[in-house]
Amino acid sequence: MGLRVLAAMSGGVDSAVAAARIAEAGHDVTGVHLALSANPQSHRTGARGCCTVEDSRDARRAADVIGIPFYIWDMAERFQRDVVDDFVAEYAAGRTPNPCLRCNEKIKFSAVLDRALALGFDAVATGHHARLVDGVLSRSADQGKDQSYVLGVLTREQLGHAIFPLGDSTKAEVREEAARRGLTVADKPDSHDICFIADGDTRGFLAKRLGAAEGPIVDQEGEVVGNHHGAHGFTIGQRKGLHIDRPAADGRPRYVLSIEPVSNTVTVGPRAALEVTSITCVRPVWNGPTEPTGLTEPAAPGGLVAPDELKVQLRAHGEVYGCRFEETAEGLLITLDRPATGVAAGQAAVLYSGETVIGSATIAAAV
Amino acid sequence: MLPEAIEAMTEQLGLVGNASSLHATGRRVRRVVEESRETIADTLGARPSEVVFTSGGTEADNLAVKGLYWARRPRKRLLISSIEHHAALDPAHWLADSQGAQVELLEVDELGRVHPDTLRAAIARDPDDVAMISVMWANNEVGTVQPVHLLAAIAHDSGIPFHTDAVQAVGQLPVSFADSGADALTVTGHKVGGPLGVGALLLARGQTPVSVMHGGGQERDVRSGTLDGPAIAGLAAAVRVAVKEQQALSRRLTELREDLIQRVRQAVPDVVLNGDPADRLPGNAHFSFPGCEGDALLMLLDAKGVECSTGSACSAGVAQPSHVLLAMGADAAAARGSLRFSLGHTSTQDDVDRLIEVLPAAVERARRAGLS
Repeated sequence: MGLRVLAAMSGGVDSAVAAARIAEAGHDVTGVHLALSANPQSHRTGARGCCTVEDSRDARRAADVIGIPFYIWDMAERFQRDVVDDFVAEYAAGRTPNPCLRCNEKIKFSAVLDRALALGFDAVATGHHARLVDGVLSRSADQGKDQSYVLGVLTREQLGHAIFPLGDSTKAEVREEAARRGLTVADKPDSHDICFIADGDTRGFLAKRLGAAEGPIVDQEGEVVGNHHGAHGFTIGQRKGLHIDRPAADGRPRYVLSIEPVSNTVTVGPRAALEVTSITCVRPVWNGPTEPTGLTEPAAPGGLVAPDELKVQLRAHGEVYGCRFEETAEGLLITLDRPATGVAAGQAAVLYSGETVIGSATIAAAV
Repeated sequence: MLPEAIEAMTEQLGLVGNASSLHATGRRVRRVVEESRETIADTLGARPSEVVFTSGGTEADNLAVKGLYWARRPRKRLLISSIEHHAALDPAHWLADSQGAQVELLEVDELGRVHPDTLRAAIARDPDDVAMISVMWANNEVGTVQPVHLLAAIAHDSGIPFHTDAVQAVGQLPVSFADSGADALTVTGHKVGGPLGVGALLLARGQTPVSVMHGGGQERDVRSGTLDGPAIAGLAAAVRVAVKEQQALSRRLTELREDLIQRVRQAVPDVVLNGDPADRLPGNAHFSFPGCEGDALLMLLDAKGVECSTGSACSAGVAQPSHVLLAMGADAAAARGSLRFSLGHTSTQDDVDRLIEVLPAAVERARRAGLS
């Protein structure tokens, strides 16, 4: 009576233990490693996950130890189009994308899930640190490793076919369990955030693809205070690496306030100018226990979401704010209970009721 | 492994000794090695001195392709069929990339055959500059048997050494080194029911390829390295039994294969049989399933206890469309939707029945999953 489960295995410790747990629970598990890079690097010191031949071997070795069949699925084309190209295009448009989130949305729980369902599987399991009970997503027991934010974009339909076996465990427990199970990846280093930028040099990666177009850095009054080599090299809230040689009039540090790709202009200003309390969002997804129906307060079955339980997270591993929201013609208007800084268009605003995800939307602008 | 090969090998495993040593133990091992050499030579129509033991088919192919090419420098042209196993094809490409070789791939027709005229025309473009020619006896993926005797004769007309990879052929087809006219012929243990990690290059007298392995000068100074007595004994036993039983096995497998092909066609009417329908390895059936991805079909069949392969079993990386099918004119989608069913001495009618039982549902499901 077990399910037919496809375990996505990156070659890391989390997905290996996740696969082992569901196999042990009596499900019929098949391990699949997703080949995401068209030109995988054969060996690299300090594995960063997902992209190397070494990772695929680690995944296969783990599958052999667990005793499940193992295959490699070539997802390189889809990954290039839906994640890498999208990543570059978003930066080109002056937004700050989150590629892990996009990969979950478009690859793992779309391309892979669709194919798995067509081939007769019931669900896709991954090693994400998040809880999923009856299709409802909530934060991991390990607050420091919680990945509910990068899963918050998934629809109910997608979550309905997902299994996250690690939600109740801490990373330390997972490593310990891997060692106990004889999985050789037990002490493999954690993967890096952006798997397709091997050296971690995001700015260099973007410069190679978008070119280095020189443009002005201006202050809030529009006065040019410096030059840059491509607006895509900047993120809202960034302070370091601006290379402005004139101090601000008030002598305080300056931060990136906005990025205007068309005029290739970066605007800087004091920290106070970064503070926002209202955020407009587009493309809301409601995936919580029930859909909010009221316009100003999120109603839930039997008043499930108490207003003071409503929270929003605005970037991965970012701070959590109390909030209110209302649905608008474009999407959502979110009002924070205190000012936030470094709010970047293109990131997701994930809404929680306490620890439970109720929905998400893409940040369009701070107002 | 064949029981005879296991017995011959295990009999030697407990005994130590180096066949190159002069003392009594060494002499005893040498006797085993030399008797094995004589058995293989006798069984495959070669002289004992023409048997060069290697670590398997890949090493034998490397020795033939690189060694004969180097021995014939400064000639630069290397003619090789476009459907060779990677063990022969990749050394050729390596010679082109790093040694200045001019590699010319011999075209095949839609059934995967190298025509004698193709070879003749290729040689004629500059006969004096051809270093060596390599065309396999039978293709490992689609099973097509090559007209090796004719091709070897054409090579000899121009005095060019001719190598053939007969890894798939020995034990399935009649193979005689002398009759084939080849100057070098690759054999490997595990394809004839012998041990893994041992094989041989049959090398005509007078051919002295440059060594790939340098060292103690064993094996005519062509392949150095301490000889693996137990493995060689196992190889010889397997070759002896496989060749003795070749005709009977071939007859049985051909019958089984024809049944498989006919019933697969009934079960999946739009299936395409790849390779030469008549002149193919007895145990090989290779199909393209339109609209399916081979990988998906393989996974679904594996889950039902049917083991088969896409293309050739290969490394852990991403499956590439088969170079063999592409050379035969298949498009990339057809190449990706292909599966090979291999029958061997342990295969039975039950195996075929089981395949036919589970195939239609697997194909339907794989089609629904599409070529994503």
